[in-house]
Amino acid sequence: MTDSVKLKIDGKEITAKAGQTILQAAAMAGIYIPHLCAHRELEPWGSCRVCTVKVNGRPQAACTQPVAEGAVVESETPELVNVRRALVEMLFVEGNHVCPSCEKSGNCELQATAYRLGIAAPRFPYTFPKREIDASHPDIILERNRCILCARCVRASTEVDGKHAFDFVGRGVHKRIAVNAEAGLAGTSAAATDKALSVCPVGCLMKKRVGFAVPVGQRQFDEKQIGSEI
Amino acid sequence: MTTQIGTQRIVIEPVTRVEGHGKVTIHLDEQGKVTQARMHIVEFRGFERFVQGRPYWEVPVLVQRLCGICPVSHHLCAAKAMDVIVGADRLTPTAEKMRRLMHYGQTYQSHALHFFHLASPDLLFGFGADVGKRHVIAVAAAFPELAVQGVMMRKYGQEIIKATAGKKIHGTGAIPGGINKNLSVAERDGFLKDLDQQLAWARGALKIAKDYTVENLAKIKDFGSFDSNHAGLVTADGTMDLYDGNLRAIDANGGRIFDMPPAKYIDHIAEEVRPWSYMKFPFIRSLGPERGWYRVGPLARINVAERIDTPEAERARQEFMSVTNGKPNNITMAYHWARMIELLHAAEKFQELLNDRDLQGTDLVVQGERREEGIAIIEAPRGSLFHHYRVNDRDEVVMANLIVSTTSNNEPMNRAVQKVAEQHLQGVAEITDGLLNHVEVAIRAYDPCLSCATHAMGQMPLVVELLDHEGKRVGRRCKGVAESVAG
Repeated sequence: MTDSVKLKIDGKEITAKAGQTILQAAAMAGIYIPHLCAHRELEPWGSCRVCTVKVNGRPQAACTQPVAEGAVVESETPELVNVRRALVEMLFVEGNHVCPSCEKSGNCELQATAYRLGIAAPRFPYTFPKREIDASHPDIILERNRCILCARCVRASTEVDGKHAFDFVGRGVHKRIAVNAEAGLAGTSAAATDKALSVCPVGCLMKKRVGFAVPVGQRQFDEKQIGSEI
Repeated sequence: MTTQIGTQRIVIEPVTRVEGHGKVTIHLDEQGKVTQARMHIVEFRGFERFVQGRPYWEVPVLVQRLCGICPVSHHLCAAKAMDVIVGADRLTPTAEKMRRLMHYGQTYQSHALHFFHLASPDLLFGFGADVGKRHVIAVAAAFPELAVQGVMMRKYGQEIIKATAGKKIHGTGAIPGGINKNLSVAERDGFLKDLDQQLAWARGALKIAKDYTVENLAKIKDFGSFDSNHAGLVTADGTMDLYDGNLRAIDANGGRIFDMPPAKYIDHIAEEVRPWSYMKFPFIRSLGPERGWYRVGPLARINVAERIDTPEAERARQEFMSVTNGKPNNITMAYHWARMIELLHAAEKFQELLNDRDLQGTDLVVQGERREEGIAIIEAPRGSLFHHYRVNDRDEVVMANLIVSTTSNNEPMNRAVQKVAEQHLQGVAEITDGLLNHVEVAIRAYDPCLSCATHAMGQMPLVVELLDHEGKRVGRRCKGVAESVAG
């Protein structure tokens, strides 16, 4: 068995390491596949499906699907771009994402992905769910209105911070990010320096009192669109 | 609109060339005498409610979404209130001066917009000019240089805002305890390059407003005018300060009512609610709702100040005050002249600040002992703006009260409408579109921002309605389209 695998993404032949996911292999080859729940420092999760590609004609999540010899992967096709747009639009309407007053604007991966995908407005009606804010912790705020259920904080808190401060409760549209303490976030061992905060792609889990300290023009996605680092 | 023998209700809806959506109703009895005139604000915004629960550092960015015309005023006023919350009693020179530059940029662009684009058709073509001529396009055709100046002055102010707040509209520059950027040398030099031209245009605009007022004094001195109290911010020595200071109130003769720090506003100002408007009616407590209403904005600010700390604007202030022999000027149409004095003052402040090296400083934020309550007042282009917040120990806003400039001018605008209706509509056989514009001219003098004032969902622009003595609508005019309702 060889360690390297050859496959094609959008007609471009690339060489990947066996065991890599398609998302990882694509990134190494300089090909950006939009994604939100995936994070290079965390184990694959596969929940948001924004990275959906077609592998030999079948839809697969690029963040969980391993590379395979001779695979033919489609990514930037009109059909898949439309699917990704729909998925991101659903994330917007299923939460309460008020970009104009959100301190994560300009640094938000959801917003940046929407810009990259050319989303001007969602095609679906807003659902305006009622979500609770947990501001009990002295240094951290959990703003559930902006949660996209990516589980990055869940994984980071467990895998990196070793605290398991976060998990999900409820199912379907009732699914929510929860904290591992009855007293709320203040009752957990979570700290503002935790990996769980720094990997949050949106303005859900944030260090308090940072706010708009970074001026417009110097934010992560002000000048470069998401994925341009690949 | 039709008129008929008997009682009438005139409706002007929407009021045009103002920010926001309002309407005017005027009741005439069987003799054609005005029995009631009201300006209704038909929008509702509700920001005071939905900032509750939000983290305090988000508020300066959130509340400015009240408005696209003077968001900087809300942005800075909220930031000033949050300075109190974070215990920043004294900002760094860079932060204070950057915020001031942002604020003068706001004043400059807003005053230029109002004078050149909203008010100028009335001043240049006359109050009763044909509706087809009463707009900025006609101004551009007849006075192209003026129209271009208006655009370029507004642009300059907006660029100042962008350089200090990060964006021309709804920026993020002011943060609790300071500012998030300084002014680069390149940005500064860009502004200095065009400053002389801006100063020249500001002087020109002031001259137009002054000449108009002086030349038409006989005609306009009673137009929608009345004695009133006035309020505006001044420094400890009585100098006009648009960014910070004590709120001073004087009566129609210049007698001092109070000089108070912003934190004491609740002891001096109360708000009355009336069932026919979403906008509240603030008044000075010691005088009560009947006598305690007051004017704010450029006219009031010039009236309450003892001096202006820039030379050309100060000379203009003295000239302005000489018209009323040093007594407060209660002429509604004098708002335009006062506004242009402030426009020049803002341009002079640009010159002062842009040449100040503190703007290139790097010490941007300070903090002190955390507090639960923050109150601030700033002079928005349209007048004194109050922001009052309470924040709990989890950093969430639990109470917000906003008294927006136009709210303070609510009673004065209603008085102006009543006065103009009595002066120009009473006993007139046919109420024409041109006559109805007189009502709007009086409202426009205040440069009201109706959307800000009510916390508005919905559309903009004035409706005038004509009611009979039973309150039945017999006529209505909406954007120049006449409607009639069978009596």
